[in-house]
Amino acid sequence: MSCASARMMVRDPMKNSVRNVYLFPYVIWIGLFVVAPILLILYYSFFDIDGNWTLANYKTFFTPIYLKMAASSVWYAFLITFFSLLVAYPTAYWLTKTKHKQLWLLLMILPTWVNLLLKVYAFLGIFGTYGLANAILETIGIGTKQILFTDFSFVFVSVYIFIPFMILPIFNSLEELNPSLIDAARDLGASAWTTFRRVVFPLTLDGVKAGCQAVFIPSLSLFMITRLIAGNRVITLGTAIEQHFLVTQNWGMGSTIAVFLIIAMAIVVIATGNRK
Amino acid sequence: MRGNKKWANAYLVFVFLILYTPIIYLIYYSFNSGGTMHDFEGFTLEWYKEVIGDTRLWIIVLNTLTIALLAAAISTILGVMGALAIYYVKKRQMKQLLLTLNNVLIVSPDVIIGASFLILFTIIGIQLGFTSVLLSHIAFSVPIVVLMVLPKLQEMSPTLIDAARDLGANQWDVLTKVILPFITPGIFAGFFMALTYSLDDFAVTFFVTGNGFSTLSVEIYSRARQGISLSINALSTLLFLFTVVLVIGYYFISQKSSTLYGMRGRRK
Amino acid sequence: MRKLISFFAAVFFASFVLLYVSVQLNKTEGYAGENTLTVYNWGDYIDPALIKKFEKQTGIKVIYQTFDSNEAMMAKIAQGGTTFDVAVPSEYAVSKMKEDGLLIPLDHSKLPNLKYINPRFLNLSFDPGNKYSVPYFWGTVGIVYNREMLGGKKITSWNDLWDKDLRNQILLVDGAREVIGMGLNSLHYSLNDTNKKHLQEAKEKLDRLTPNVKAIVGDEIKMLLANEEAAIGVVWSGDAAEIIAENDNLDYVVPKEGSNLWFDNMVIPKTAKNIEGAHRFINFMLDPKNAAQNAEYVGYSTPNEKALDYLPKEITEDKRFYPDFESIGNLEVYENLGKRMLAYYNELFLQFKMHRK
Repeated sequence: MSCASARMMVRDPMKNSVRNVYLFPYVIWIGLFVVAPILLILYYSFFDIDGNWTLANYKTFFTPIYLKMAASSVWYAFLITFFSLLVAYPTAYWLTKTKHKQLWLLLMILPTWVNLLLKVYAFLGIFGTYGLANAILETIGIGTKQILFTDFSFVFVSVYIFIPFMILPIFNSLEELNPSLIDAARDLGASAWTTFRRVVFPLTLDGVKAGCQAVFIPSLSLFMITRLIAGNRVITLGTAIEQHFLVTQNWGMGSTIAVFLIIAMAIVVIATGNRK
Repeated sequence: MRGNKKWANAYLVFVFLILYTPIIYLIYYSFNSGGTMHDFEGFTLEWYKEVIGDTRLWIIVLNTLTIALLAAAISTILGVMGALAIYYVKKRQMKQLLLTLNNVLIVSPDVIIGASFLILFTIIGIQLGFTSVLLSHIAFSVPIVVLMVLPKLQEMSPTLIDAARDLGANQWDVLTKVILPFITPGIFAGFFMALTYSLDDFAVTFFVTGNGFSTLSVEIYSRARQGISLSINALSTLLFLFTVVLVIGYYFISQKSSTLYGMRGRRK
Repeated sequence: MRKLISFFAAVFFASFVLLYVSVQLNKTEGYAGENTLTVYNWGDYIDPALIKKFEKQTGIKVIYQTFDSNEAMMAKIAQGGTTFDVAVPSEYAVSKMKEDGLLIPLDHSKLPNLKYINPRFLNLSFDPGNKYSVPYFWGTVGIVYNREMLGGKKITSWNDLWDKDLRNQILLVDGAREVIGMGLNSLHYSLNDTNKKHLQEAKEKLDRLTPNVKAIVGDEIKMLLANEEAAIGVVWSGDAAEIIAENDNLDYVVPKEGSNLWFDNMVIPKTAKNIEGAHRFINFMLDPKNAAQNAEYVGYSTPNEKALDYLPKEITEDKRFYPDFESIGNLEVYENLGKRMLAYYNELFLQFKMHRK
């Protein structure tokens, strides 16, 4: 959009036209790459494996096995989000206090650019029976433990993967914080902790929410590391969808699970958006 | 206060170490003459030689970088527009709806995105290859950009815009002089997240690629059947070091020039 | 604002430079020409030297593309939109692709080298008369075990895995038919059993194996076993050969109750543009010398009888990977059980995976 045309539009009493300019490409994107696939998924979810119209997939979803799977997906996603936040918030907070903070932030994101599968393979080596982690445990006298294929390794590696997605938005909202607010709180005699709890944290809540969304939602449908790091001891909805689409070729059931994932996501978005 | 700072730094160093452990591990074994990612047998540069001689692999690296940069840039532009659109929408329900639709691609497992995009592209009649891969990378990177930019917009106080408007600024000025500078950190965050998504994606690319076009992740995944060759480690090491140098270099150059600009400004 | 503009300008500029360089590289490598053949194969499943040799002999430029599962490959071919002249599906995928009309019949007059294939591997149930497919490699499913870690305990049958001493020592491969099949085999049922009562029984028996199972994994099983992460693994023979080559403590056995016999096969999908070239490629790979070279590189068992003459004795006389079929009674090829039955197998497998919690 050129300057001139924008100016012309402003003179127009319908100021909204400018706003529609933003809306336009975005809505096209939504239409093509979001609404169309959703409709496809909805459509497929009503067909059984032989291509007959049915509601059986939805009935199957409400059997104990899938409900258990859904519950465990939510539980693990919650754990992953919680620990990501626990690690990421102080990291982001102290990052903003360093010199060259932008550089350090970039360096924190850099590891995500190395291929995920390679890093996961590295973790297989590190967490293995004869790996680095056990060597450390051995030297400090705890002794070799099974780390690989446990809940711990699964949550650890997931948090490792998601941390940058949590750090970034929190870092940004911390950056925006007006330092005079903190000074004011301190001048009024608030302790460092009170200042943090009463002033800093509430003002960065939007960043926290954005980070939680960016972590919680995709971790509902993790699949590759459930096999590689958890040895299929953790089964998430994502794993099941993967199986139905690629192995069983039961696109109907896979789509049905996807429909429920989308609903879950909508609930998360609405729940985190409402307080505003 | 000083003691506090020490703890803070210790914590940061710790997080840093954890983030880099797997990468150091990969780099370490890229020098292993034993050929596997365990049991270090001896030092060798064999894998590096193999990588440097492999033209096909370099074409793939170039493809990957091109796609990632283009997809990140375009999806950032689209995502900023999207965030503005959501920001400007007045009705609560409409806002909620747009946000939910926005997040669909983040929650959908890659296999579904890949499969549905494949069907979509065949319906529209787009040849599988560079274009289809680029389009899908743009498509799945847009929502994360929106998520990164939107909080910034919401932090911006509306009085800021009103004030600018009162001073006679038109819409375009408000956008370029007030809004965009304010949300710049969010835009950069979105860009880097989009870059990350694009570089990491395997499943979606796998479905929508064709006609000899490939990206690094797809190549690595398909080589995994025979165990990953250490030449991939060597390649990742080279790329990683290159990026680190680039990032640090870019940072200090931009630092220097901005302090120069700043000084000039002050002198005036 | 200026920062933003210059940043994005730089990014666009950089990507166009990269694009230009890669297009130029593609041209010099000859991938952009007309006389090409696209081969769609598993990753690293061919000796690259053979591709070079084929290109030199015929002047056809080979574009080598890879996939990581039969299912993903089929989805790609079914959808069209891209050219694949030769593909290498497993046997059950061949029968499925045949059913879905995704294959072009082979012209046997253009494949004179077909005569070198051991007749035992021809005319099998998944493709009678080899109308659509030619075997590429074959193998079995069996048990890899670590002699050292088991302290001399011998493993000869599926039922040995249920031993209480093997707690947390077994790695399974992530495949429904392999794992359920193992349960069926251990009960002396057929691998292609469709009796739901038998299948339930097999699943219940597998549930009792849970305490012994350390993990259910994919291709990384090779690395984990070679690394002595667990003492026992249920794997395909081709993978077993590779693991044993890496770690001397390991051995491979085809359980005495019986097991699966599998094939990967060369086919010409309906997306083929260069059908003539595809036949030449298949015939080239069937040449005994080339087949031998390929088998030595990949490490899997070749169905090419004549190729065995060109392979070292220690490979061809290894009974674990080139068994006499008389000594192992019950090797079965997977039959296409139909979508519904396959879904049932997968459902049971999913339940087995969930059982561990």
